[in-house]
Amino acid sequence: MTQLTVEDLHKRYGDHEVLKGVSLSAEAGDVITIIGSSGSGKSTFLRCINFLEQPDAGRISVAGEEIRLVPGKDGHLRVADAKQLQRLRTRLAMVFQHFNLWAHMTVLENVVEAPVHVLGVPKKEALERAMAYLDKVGISRFKDSYPAHLSGGQQQRVAIARALAMEPAVLLFDEPTSALDPELVGEVLKVMRGLAEEGRTMVVVTHEMGFAREVSSQVMFLHQGLAEESGPPAQVFGQPKSERLRQFLSGNLK
Amino acid sequence: MIEWSLFAESWPAYLDGLWLTVKLTALSLVAGLVLAIPLAVLRVSPNRWVAGPVWAYSYFFRGTPMLVQLLLMYYGLGQFEWIQAQWAEGNRFWLVFRDPYGCALVTFALNTGAYTTEIIAGALRAMPHGEIEAARACGMSRFTMLRRILLPGALRRALPAYSNEIIFMLHGTSIASTVTLVDLTGAARNAYSQFFAPFEAFIFAGLIYLCLTFALVGLFRLAERRWLAHLRPRTPVRKAA
Repeated sequence: MTQLTVEDLHKRYGDHEVLKGVSLSAEAGDVITIIGSSGSGKSTFLRCINFLEQPDAGRISVAGEEIRLVPGKDGHLRVADAKQLQRLRTRLAMVFQHFNLWAHMTVLENVVEAPVHVLGVPKKEALERAMAYLDKVGISRFKDSYPAHLSGGQQQRVAIARALAMEPAVLLFDEPTSALDPELVGEVLKVMRGLAEEGRTMVVVTHEMGFAREVSSQVMFLHQGLAEESGPPAQVFGQPKSERLRQFLSGNLK
Repeated sequence: MIEWSLFAESWPAYLDGLWLTVKLTALSLVAGLVLAIPLAVLRVSPNRWVAGPVWAYSYFFRGTPMLVQLLLMYYGLGQFEWIQAQWAEGNRFWLVFRDPYGCALVTFALNTGAYTTEIIAGALRAMPHGEIEAARACGMSRFTMLRRILLPGALRRALPAYSNEIIFMLHGTSIASTVTLVDLTGAARNAYSQFFAPFEAFIFAGLIYLCLTFALVGLFRLAERRWLAHLRPRTPVRKAA
């Protein structure tokens, strides 16, 4: 079943066109990694999927339901129905580069928050669910700590548990290891690998080529706002067709 | 020579004054805070027509001395015939402004409301953008985000600045004595004119203010320990299994 379809997404900032028509389709269990140099538009693309950025053109469907868009006064697209967007956002959980945990809440409160106050899950059930996910990411013993008292890797694992607690159709990862000290990257990647093996649908923007090559079902190489090349990792990494991708890979694979 | 009889004889009057001071401080702070929370939310609105009026209110009340505001309210309003007519008709709302206690309470509440609005608005603006994005990304409505993420985060961070505001208000209520009210300062003035011992009369009031202030500082230290734990430096985490 198709969990996420993005068709012909465009985004511009002033005169600068960041995305020039990018499409993506994720079946259940797909792990799609998006690679590319900085400025290629890969983070913007991911952020357009859940409308943290407003795309200028394109169509997005989550679990078969299309986000209704109408042209706004300035010619940019606007969401027609804020309630629908809020509902579909609960199906798309996001993990951010800088974790973005809610600082005034403990680890457990962070994970329980949205299920209780957005999805309306009963508190007791949400707590059980939260503990199970905190266990899964190996952080349940810190459940009463505040985010600022944890390492970056621990915070990111909490953020992953928070995303999982929404039981979303698709997990979006926006450079989840880029803000981490090198020795902490491994613990986060290990958790993500586990999720992929469970068959969760994931779209991952990353600089971790090892992860992209070993874990993903499909790799998309973005260059200057276009999907320059995409396909299974063996093909993208093994027989890159475009010169740009070859250059990018030779700079990033050591 | 210290006039000890002043302390012995006038302490009940000081006690009454203290009670009025506490009442004025507490009620105006509660009213000011209730006013300030929604106003702070409007104050940070990107819409000029929403933020503008709140800005004007806070600009006026922070830009003029509270004593001038109190005198305007107590002596100034009575000059207008329309208001005199309302008083004559027994209009409950406007009668508040004929009563010195009502005038003091309204002035103090509006004054602290203005400062508190700015304190909370500042804390709202300082909210890390990532936390707001995380709330939007998980499908929170604007109202839920305000109620669950923005205000709880901002109010906690506003706590240290707000504790100062509370102390300023406690001390500020002493101007109530200029509109015939016998608060703690008013009681001191009365004792002074009765005993002609200005030092004893005012040092007694001063010491009581001092004790109140220290009690408030202590309370806020406890409150910050409770609600700002997430901003304290990391304490060693106990080894767990």
